[in-house]
Amino acid sequence: MENLYSLTAHKLKELMTKGETTPAAVAEQLFSRIEKCDGKIKAVVFNGKDNALKNAVASSGKNGRLAGVPVLLKDNICVKGEPTTCASKILAGFRPPYDATVTRKLKDAGAVLIGKANMDEFAFGSSCETSCYGPTKNPWDTARIPGGSSGGSAAAVASDETILALGSDTGGSIRQPAALCGVVGLKPTYGRVSRYGLIAFASSLDQIGPITKDTEDAALLLSVIAGYDEMDSTSVDLPVPDYSKALTKNVKGLRIGVPKEYFIEGLDKEVEASVRSAVALLKSLGAEVKEISLPHTEYAVSTYYIVATAEASSNLARFDGVQYGLRADNAKDMIDMYIKTRSQGFGNEAKRRILLGTYCLSTGYYDAYYLKAQKVRTKIREDFDKAFRACDCIITPTSPTPAFKIGEKTNDPLSMYLSDIYTIPANLAGLPAISIPCGFSKEGLPIGMQILAKAFDEETIFRAAYTFEQSTEFYRKRPKI
Amino acid sequence: MKTIDSKIVKHVAHLARLELDDKELKEYSGQLASILSYISKLNEIDTANVVPTSHALTTLKNVFRKDVPRKSLGPDEALANAPSKEDDFFRVPQILEGK
Repeated sequence: MENLYSLTAHKLKELMTKGETTPAAVAEQLFSRIEKCDGKIKAVVFNGKDNALKNAVASSGKNGRLAGVPVLLKDNICVKGEPTTCASKILAGFRPPYDATVTRKLKDAGAVLIGKANMDEFAFGSSCETSCYGPTKNPWDTARIPGGSSGGSAAAVASDETILALGSDTGGSIRQPAALCGVVGLKPTYGRVSRYGLIAFASSLDQIGPITKDTEDAALLLSVIAGYDEMDSTSVDLPVPDYSKALTKNVKGLRIGVPKEYFIEGLDKEVEASVRSAVALLKSLGAEVKEISLPHTEYAVSTYYIVATAEASSNLARFDGVQYGLRADNAKDMIDMYIKTRSQGFGNEAKRRILLGTYCLSTGYYDAYYLKAQKVRTKIREDFDKAFRACDCIITPTSPTPAFKIGEKTNDPLSMYLSDIYTIPANLAGLPAISIPCGFSKEGLPIGMQILAKAFDEETIFRAAYTFEQSTEFYRKRPKI
Repeated sequence: MKTIDSKIVKHVAHLARLELDDKELKEYSGQLASILSYISKLNEIDTANVVPTSHALTTLKNVFRKDVPRKSLGPDEALANAPSKEDDFFRVPQILEGK
């Protein structure tokens, strides 16, 4: 029999229901796996072994949808009484006095929370290199980055250090690491999942979503965490379907759009070939494929880096040394305490983004930058509205290249920002989008493809993703660690 | 669009309550200038009659809850993470001038 840690949540549930294994046995195996692998991968920043083993024993025989299933949370999701630091020095020692809504929903469903995953500081990055704990390594090649910002969550799923994980996605932070680590990552529609208790980066873009080993697990986990929440006024009061029912292996008549603006200079040849052959496979299974145009694509990164940094600079004003986390010593007065605390507590990328965002919002520049970006955001949104009149879903590469080397882009912020070129538009338009494995490079690095659909149409995404996945074997391949 | 120099970066840093040494100031000024020059691409688009999007969901409305009392964090929980406290208060350095 396979090791328990290498199984999916739906398979483990089946075994537990039949009485062939127990939550405690799964948790025991998983923590040995973490002990064995995480010295190399560095995906887990807080290991909650003691509590998790107790909770695993307690969840035995329970009925919740995730009863006894281990889940790793990104370190920007609040868990009452447990460390939650956004991988930043400024939140050292912080233990939230409440659970995020997704945390509560996971606990109610019987999930076993196993700890916190590494990330770029405050989710600012595409490589996990801005974490105050140091970088997470890509399980397929430890000289490479796992992607970011949810790099710890994706690397942990890929290396079988967890069964399920949650990440957050502001400009691609679930999908890009999922692609680079060869796993499944879904950014739900904006408003589908409550953001209450997710430490905010850019409030008009952030969404929490699943990172899993297959599409079936992503559907299961989304069904548990989705839904209206009175604690998040941007969550939407629409019924939550049982997404598992959308997993049909049938794309007959599905209209797939392939945007010509995504297949441009800078797109790696092997990535392009993999995505194109994935589209061809779906066509051979009965889908209709057409070329579409999203004419404002080239403006998405610029728009994003104004909107996201402006919102971040405002959200991060709360880290001032008064209520939680770090406080610098020897301040001569209150303002000096703010300045010293923030200058010591934030890392380089956080400072860079706070500066850019503050600049874009400051007197004399607001209209030229922030307002302009909000207007271009409208144009980008309209591109999608128009495109979805002619197709049901859109398929693109997730990342322009497979995983790059650690250190390769750290001195060139702009080239790092451009690695999110294909994922940013979904956030600006609020649309759901998944990344699923669709191939490997000659060097053996995973390649991901992205599937986008209309707002609140995650079901079409699951249908297309499941059909592709079940017709291929890419998602089954795991790295040797 | 306007460009950015170290004088502006210094001013912006102060607005954001950050302190930069000379090396950081030089580094950030260069990097921000190149990011802003890339961003200036947005000027190619005519947005004269475009309504700005502040949220992806156009249906979003302000939400009010009923004004009824309910349980919230008590002082002990609210102060549990305070770097410094006194009685039921967050303790901070001096705010007003003088003694």
